[in-house]
Amino acid sequence: MTQVNPQAGQVVSPSDLADPAQHAEPFEHPRGRSKVRRGRWFKEVGWRHLVGIIAIIYAIIPILYTLSASLNPVGSVSGSSILPQTISVDNYVALFTDPERPFARWFLNTLIVAVAVVIASIFCSALAAYAFSRFRFKGRRGSLLTLLLIQMFPQFLAAAALFLLFTQIGEVMPAIGLDTLAGYIIVLLGGALGQVWLIKGFFDSIPRELDEAALMDGATHTQLYFKIILPLVTPILAVTGLLSFIGVLGEFILASLFLRDNEIKTPAVGPYGLLDADRTNNRGIFAAAAVLPPIPVILLLPYLQKFIVGGITAGSVKG
Amino acid sequence: MDQRLTSRAEKKSQQADPPGQISAGKARGTSSVIGLLVKIVALGTIIGLAVMLTPALISTQQWGFLAVIWGVVIVLAVTYASRRFVPAKYLVPGTLLLVLFVVYPILMTFQLSTTNYGDGTRTTKEVTVSRIIGNAAQQVQGARTFELSVGSEGTATSGPYTFLLVDTATNDVFAGTPDGLSELDPGAVPIEGGTITAAEGFTLLDRRQINEFSQQGGDLEGFAVPTDDGVITAQGFSAVELFSPLEYDEAADTITNVETGVEYTPVQSGDRKFFTSADGERLSDQSWGENVGMNNYVRAFTDPRISSDFVGIFIWTLVFAVLSVGTTFALGLFLATVLNDARVRGQRAYRSILLLPYAIPGFIALLVWSSFFNSEFGLINNLLNLDINWLGNPFWAKVAVLMANLWLGFPYMFLVCTGALQAIPSDYKEAASLDGATGWTNFSKITFPLLLVAIAPLLVSAFAFNFNNFNAIFLLTEGGPFSPDNPTAGGTDILISYTYRLAFGGGAQQIGFASAISVILFIITGVLAALQFRATRALEEVG
Repeated sequence: MTQVNPQAGQVVSPSDLADPAQHAEPFEHPRGRSKVRRGRWFKEVGWRHLVGIIAIIYAIIPILYTLSASLNPVGSVSGSSILPQTISVDNYVALFTDPERPFARWFLNTLIVAVAVVIASIFCSALAAYAFSRFRFKGRRGSLLTLLLIQMFPQFLAAAALFLLFTQIGEVMPAIGLDTLAGYIIVLLGGALGQVWLIKGFFDSIPRELDEAALMDGATHTQLYFKIILPLVTPILAVTGLLSFIGVLGEFILASLFLRDNEIKTPAVGPYGLLDADRTNNRGIFAAAAVLPPIPVILLLPYLQKFIVGGITAGSVKG
Repeated sequence: MDQRLTSRAEKKSQQADPPGQISAGKARGTSSVIGLLVKIVALGTIIGLAVMLTPALISTQQWGFLAVIWGVVIVLAVTYASRRFVPAKYLVPGTLLLVLFVVYPILMTFQLSTTNYGDGTRTTKEVTVSRIIGNAAQQVQGARTFELSVGSEGTATSGPYTFLLVDTATNDVFAGTPDGLSELDPGAVPIEGGTITAAEGFTLLDRRQINEFSQQGGDLEGFAVPTDDGVITAQGFSAVELFSPLEYDEAADTITNVETGVEYTPVQSGDRKFFTSADGERLSDQSWGENVGMNNYVRAFTDPRISSDFVGIFIWTLVFAVLSVGTTFALGLFLATVLNDARVRGQRAYRSILLLPYAIPGFIALLVWSSFFNSEFGLINNLLNLDINWLGNPFWAKVAVLMANLWLGFPYMFLVCTGALQAIPSDYKEAASLDGATGWTNFSKITFPLLLVAIAPLLVSAFAFNFNNFNAIFLLTEGGPFSPDNPTAGGTDILISYTYRLAFGGGAQQIGFASAISVILFIITGVLAALQFRATRALEEVG
């Protein structure tokens, strides 16, 4: 009954996601046309730009404000303007030079955690997604739905239990107990199957004939998976990687419970303590601390945006 | 030769398979040498690790851990060493992690919810009794004294701890735990300057650590070794045998003061028991961990203060989740519809910039927004020339939370809607246009229903996410504003932030009770999600 032809879904394949503007019928620019034409242009297209620009302003004001506060040497209450009056990097210098706040160390910690979690969870998710996409086995449908349901529960709902669990684990294996980055990474890996649905949608869009042909040619399952299928889904792996990277960067509760030593904090916990200690006077330094972590993500965004648009929907449309 | 044979055999079996289906569980393992080596090394490492940990686990009697570790090893070995269970080979790594660090903690939460675990009840009854007796002990003339070292069977910071003692009069050596005192072989432990300096199986604490852990709240505070006549407790870096006037009778479950003759029995007070005399005098404020059955749940629903908080918070949690999804979806859909037009140039640029809020980690964005809402210097009041006490007034604080959450959430919805819009075949719209449908009819009758089908499951996930969106509340308002007469439930508290405060907040931690609320949350989230999936018929579409 529920057997669905994998090709039949409305999956957006990467090639369909190219900027639609490229396919657009030749568009005549309004300049030099009559007023009537210009009016028509605005009625049909121009207002869309207007909305877009307003949306952009809405989206970037908080970001600009933070950037401005981070560059404002006064760094206190008066820093509430969107464009800075004077520019200085004092806050950044202060951020990296105070031995009480080893920000460089925190930043490195978060990168270690994020990279480890992203790699391991993409690996696990892609493996599982492949199994769900290609094999028909007992309990397949049930497992997929269970997975969806379990994901509805945020892991930190069990924070107290996790805290106790890792206290106990730490007694046996101190290397992965509380207050270790390794322990924190392992906790986050509980969500390693988080991207299965998304990736499965993409696997479904790859014709099965490809698998069969490869197996016919004598490829083993391992070769088929790693050498043929996986390279084909690299875009979605990049997208899910980015999504889980953002997730790790923003993870706050478990970090605050697990990483209490100053040395092993992440920026999610460190700057929060910074701001909390003195909300008004540390604002400049906090802003500087806030500007830095998203930079890797922002740099990747323009390259990945079209896959993100396709990827998120492909995963969802299927299921 | 061999390999060619196998592959020919595989070809045959492949042809026998029904077309379009790869049969699972068929013998078709890895045959490359490198693959085999990787497999052997990985499995070997894991088994080696398990073997390495086993003695320590046996000596500390951590049977649960031992079972889990070897269970994992067996699952891995069975899956990867055999040529069968092909789907399992792909599913096992993630599933193991999921079971160990998500499912098990959920079960553990349920177990915790039937206890009174929390501040003041962390110790077992046995330890509590020995502490109470130890605290009442006094030194009498001619009592034994010892030079003290402290050993830990785990790391220096984790325990369990043992007192390593040298009798100052006789130089006999002992090991003492809360279970009792045992004599050690004097030849087995080196003694320097009167104290034991090493002992097999123990990590010795240095004096700074002993000092630190003996402070109030430290793991060694109240550490007492019962002896035949009394109890040995630490006094600085030496230990002394004290004689306590209190005696515990295990059969009758009473503590008797032999000097005054007063009997103390456990009397329930709230979720815990204290040793109390017949005229109501408490022997000690120390209590112990116990199973309380369903009492935490009964309390959540019947304690008038908590249940009135609970209803209010539950309603606001629902409102918050619905409005968060509703507003972000509306804005995201609007922007996606407006910008997803082939004639609009620069879509790539628009999309990249509109995605920015999504790239900023939530905790940063929320803290930035919380500064925007500052009533005196905040951006919003300044920019819009308002004078609203955003975070101090329960109503405006709710509005503020929703406003910030809109900014955080709309890029995701914009993304999702853009993707879904692009997936809708343009023929539909063209056909409708030919039939004379205008823009709005086209949208409401064709585009929107199709889009809703596609993204309904994501809306359900978004709802579940916001239902438990701890960060949005905690980082913006910390649940506040709080009214002076109710410091536990704030104006913007959703269930999860309320729970967090119960479990880890400033006051006495009530982990057992908080776990009960967590379990209730699990159930509510699950039921709501299941209902919505039913409504969206997403379950029928699982391919």
